[in-house]
Amino acid sequence: MDFDSVVVGAGIVGSACAAELARAGMKVALVDIADPGLGATAAGMGHIVVMDDSPAQLALTHYSRQLWDALETSLTPACEYRRTGTLWIAADEEEMQEVLRKRALYTDNGVAAEAITADRLYELEPSLRRGMSGGLLVPDDGVVYAPAVARVLAMQACDAGAVPITGKVTAVGDGRVQLEGGAELRTRRIVVAAGEWSTRLLPDLPIRRRKGHLAITDRYPGMVRHQLVELGYLKSAHSISGDSVAFNIQPRSTGQLLIGSSRQYGAEDSGVDFALMQRMLARATEYMPALADLSIIRMWTGFRAATPNKLPLIGPWTADETVFLATGHEGLGITTSLATAALLSSYFAGRDSTIPIAPYLPANAEAAHA
Amino acid sequence: MAETRLHCDVLVAGAGPAGIAAAIAARRAGKQVVVVDDNPHPGGQIWRGSMSGAHSTSAAARKWLQRFRASGAELLSSTRIVTAPGANTVLAEHEGNAIHIHYDALVLATGARELLLPFPGWTLPGVMGAGGLQAMAKAGLPLRGKRVVVAGTGPLLLAVAAAFVHEGATVPGVFDQASRENITAFAASLLTRPSLLMQGAGYLATIKSWRYRQGWWPLCVHGEATLQSVVMTNGSDTVEIACDYLACGFHLVPNIELGALLHCRIQNGAIIANEHQQTSVANVFTAGEAAGIAGLPQALVEGEIAGAYAAGAGNQVRHLLRRRTALRKVAARMNHAYRLRPELRALPQADTLICRCEDVSWQQLQGFSGMRSAKIHTRCGMGPCQGRICGAAMQFLAGWEADTHRPPLYPVQLSTLLPLAAHDTTHLEESI
Repeated sequence: MDFDSVVVGAGIVGSACAAELARAGMKVALVDIADPGLGATAAGMGHIVVMDDSPAQLALTHYSRQLWDALETSLTPACEYRRTGTLWIAADEEEMQEVLRKRALYTDNGVAAEAITADRLYELEPSLRRGMSGGLLVPDDGVVYAPAVARVLAMQACDAGAVPITGKVTAVGDGRVQLEGGAELRTRRIVVAAGEWSTRLLPDLPIRRRKGHLAITDRYPGMVRHQLVELGYLKSAHSISGDSVAFNIQPRSTGQLLIGSSRQYGAEDSGVDFALMQRMLARATEYMPALADLSIIRMWTGFRAATPNKLPLIGPWTADETVFLATGHEGLGITTSLATAALLSSYFAGRDSTIPIAPYLPANAEAAHA
Repeated sequence: MAETRLHCDVLVAGAGPAGIAAAIAARRAGKQVVVVDDNPHPGGQIWRGSMSGAHSTSAAARKWLQRFRASGAELLSSTRIVTAPGANTVLAEHEGNAIHIHYDALVLATGARELLLPFPGWTLPGVMGAGGLQAMAKAGLPLRGKRVVVAGTGPLLLAVAAAFVHEGATVPGVFDQASRENITAFAASLLTRPSLLMQGAGYLATIKSWRYRQGWWPLCVHGEATLQSVVMTNGSDTVEIACDYLACGFHLVPNIELGALLHCRIQNGAIIANEHQQTSVANVFTAGEAAGIAGLPQALVEGEIAGAYAAGAGNQVRHLLRRRTALRKVAARMNHAYRLRPELRALPQADTLICRCEDVSWQQLQGFSGMRSAKIHTRCGMGPCQGRICGAAMQFLAGWEADTHRPPLYPVQLSTLLPLAAHDTTHLEESI
């Protein structure tokens, strides 16, 4: 046996798992075709956010955000971790009702959240279009430059004895990880943390690719202070089918603005879909007209790994007792990476975790889906 | 804010010599032609300023520009293609306005830019590209009485240096990193083309031939706020030369970005073209430096071939195909003679900036496996120039392949990317 655990994928989720398992004393390998954090980790926004599509999602995002607070001291300046807060924007009175519901739920669960009047909204974010009804400020949410975090976590894993291996994984199963070129790693456990790419290794996974678009501006320091998301985002993020766009702006520490977001099933091509990009940018200017005058310097896409129940798959894969999953995080992989690693490590150690792992177990996802 | 939609038979990207020749050939075949160029006047880098009359220009340049104006091709100046929103369509920006151009065939005549290589002090004010300083001189930067050292590599150095002398500058030296043996062998191979040799001799007479040194390259420059001197070396000796400007370019890099965005195959940093100048994308053609650095005569011949084939009139230019092949052979000898010496890879020091947009030093780039990884983790190449300068430098310094090209090709005002209806919405909201 070469290893206790081989982690496939050095994105933020795989790197976090490798660090956690290595620290627990396991002999770990971390395998990726490239350096850490260059896949979906680099393509996404890096928003650390509490979300409440389901009680299990709320529990996982809240717990993971607490782990981010604990990680903060070991992050490098390149990680650009800042607690900007999330400002959920209510465009009308109906969405203001949603603000009140969300505030009550968050507060009941120990997540600080403050309902914001329209006047206060414009004090906080003067560039927003007039006529909004208000919003919900979740002050402890934050933003991060995720590829740098993946790199820090991968280094932590190596410091704890994990072995980094560069190579393309062609097959996993039965305690073996096959690499392109013929090499094979033998291990007690295989942790598949390869995002949407995981289905190439395990075609039966209940994961679909969900394409997203982003654009980034030149530097406009101070123009936006919080991560801004329209409350309509919930409808967009949680609709099961169809292309959708939502207003979602992130201020980077450089003064640049990341503009999102889009969700698209069935798109295989990784190129920018210009019509969808147009819709996304038009949505952004509906909420913030001044964006129209800013300079866009880059546009790109990425693929999320989406599951039917909108929860990640964490734990043993039912089809092979040596294979474990840490994938299917959709748009919440940055936020929930740390909790994923903690849950998996506890599971391997046979310990109870801080929050129950049950809702995320692949067996339960299959049962719910069946 | 306005939006325009155009359709043309043949769209030509670039109004340098290759683009001009392509447009004329396509017009001759009776096609409707639109030419997009980001400069205010046609002529590209090499014929820049030729129409203003303020600068000495070759008769050939004037003749081609006159033919171009008389051809009936529609020129969109000061216009940049920023992305390709759909099949056979590009989106261009002109003074903040969007222009969607639909084409049946496209000719990529996007030219080349200088290769700038980093050495200690290369970001000091006063250190410029050789062609860059020449362009600024044409735009009005006074060089009279200034000391301009010219360095780098390539046959253009002599032409640029001679132009500086004509502008009244003192040129203490022209230093080419290529060895005397390489340059002499290349010159000897041109005996069949005496006009080029005569041209070179003319430049040497202007700058004084003893100031032209081969096998010398810059080691570093000195100066606090601005350039004071440059240290040149030939590997064994060094010499420090006081100067106001260092004009330093290491030959040219094809501008392939639009071709890459359109999924044209790229090889060795140039867009691949067959003998009809057709790229790997059936209705996209390319000509001139974008298809490989080859100089002015090649650009004109290839432009004519590309324009004719793009117009479906390849039979008009069959007589040019042999000439094209012969010129490509000359170009191959040139590129071999002026190949970069490995010593240039040792010039950057730990704190030498590689990416000027994002202030990334040579030291910060150590330990990465390639451009993509370095870009994500250091921001190298993430700035507004989209890695055009540092990407080409790292390709030489570290052998890193360029990262995938992402739109837009140039920074673009967000409103240019919006659908027309959204412009109206935005205006309505602002006026309420």
